Amino acid sequence: MADGKRGTGDRKNQPDDEAHLSARLQHLGERLNQVSRPAENSSGPRQTADPSALARGFRLSTELVAGVIVGALIGWLLDRWLGISPWGMIVFLLLGFAAGVLNVMRAAGVAPDANRTD
Amino acid sequence: MADPIHQFQIVDLVPLGKIGSSEIAFTNSALFMAIAVGGITAFLLGATSSRRLVPNRMQSMAELSYEFVANTIRSTAGTEGMRFFPFVFSLFMFILTVNLIGLIPYAFTVTTHIVITAALSLSVFITVLVYGFWKNGLHFFNLFVPKGIPIFILPLIVLIEVMSFLSRPISHSVRLFANMLAGHITLKVFASFVTMLTAYGVFGWAGAVLPLGLTIALTALEMLVAVLQAYVFAILTCIYLNDAIHPGH
Repeated sequence: MADGKRGTGDRKNQPDDEAHLSARLQHLGERLNQVSRPAENSSGPRQTADPSALARGFRLSTELVAGVIVGALIGWLLDRWLGISPWGMIVFLLLGFAAGVLNVMRAAGVAPDANRTD
Repeated sequence: MADPIHQFQIVDLVPLGKIGSSEIAFTNSALFMAIAVGGITAFLLGATSSRRLVPNRMQSMAELSYEFVANTIRSTAGTEGMRFFPFVFSLFMFILTVNLIGLIPYAFTVTTHIVITAALSLSVFITVLVYGFWKNGLHFFNLFVPKGIPIFILPLIVLIEVMSFLSRPISHSVRLFANMLAGHITLKVFASFVTMLTAYGVFGWAGAVLPLGLTIALTALEMLVAVLQAYVFAILTCIYLNDAIHPGH
């Protein structure tokens, strides 16, 4: 940057410039640390790797089933209470499946949590 | 073959009387829960009785478990979640201890009964509901209304979100219950292969080495699962509590 015609003028205060530059570099380093620290912290124990990856794996196993079960349960109860026999089950089983898929995608971190966009 | 389900039978140890027509008794399940709670209490009280600046072994174990749970809460629910520390810590320690005690031969594993795990997960669910409504009022419903969704599919999305929310206690309890149950049944089945094969003389003894090795390997795996399930339960509790604390900004 300090090229050509500016180079001659700046030579006399070069040590000063260098000190300035190193100070700025240090400042930049600190700020970078600050910026990247929260990201590190937010995935905190995830950085220590394995337990959390395994935990995530175990999480996936039941999320889908749970959604389908809830859908079937709601559908069955609605059928009984309202006497709309197959329809409650059909509609809510499908919705429950959708909820299960949503659960799995959230657990796997594929779908961003819609609620936590802050 | 030894019945692999037999280990989960509830046995009345001391009958305590009746409430209505249902019998109330001190069962083996209650006994092992009491052992777990007593063990945790003794461990923590013993470890913290001599509070040294440089901890001895027991104290550093207690400190490690504190730090571990505290870090889990802070990273998933933020510092505000620390007010639930006693709750999460109790859950974690209880499940961990109960799971590990269950690995001792002849011991009863409390978490292989869905009544227990469902009670635990429902306590989390109800805590989330009560605290969420108490702290946020009707804003708690924001949890079910994602931002940036076109209005004409919003009802469908809200319905799915509600069902996803309702499925939490189910997946929370079934996961712990199913993992422990399946693990213990597998362990029992493979262990009973050993005794079955040894009935066939020398070749049986030679063949029994395989299932014996598998049983040992499975025991190690079960140890991992026991710890991991306690951790998963704790971390999901934190995630759910986080929804109660910050339901969608």
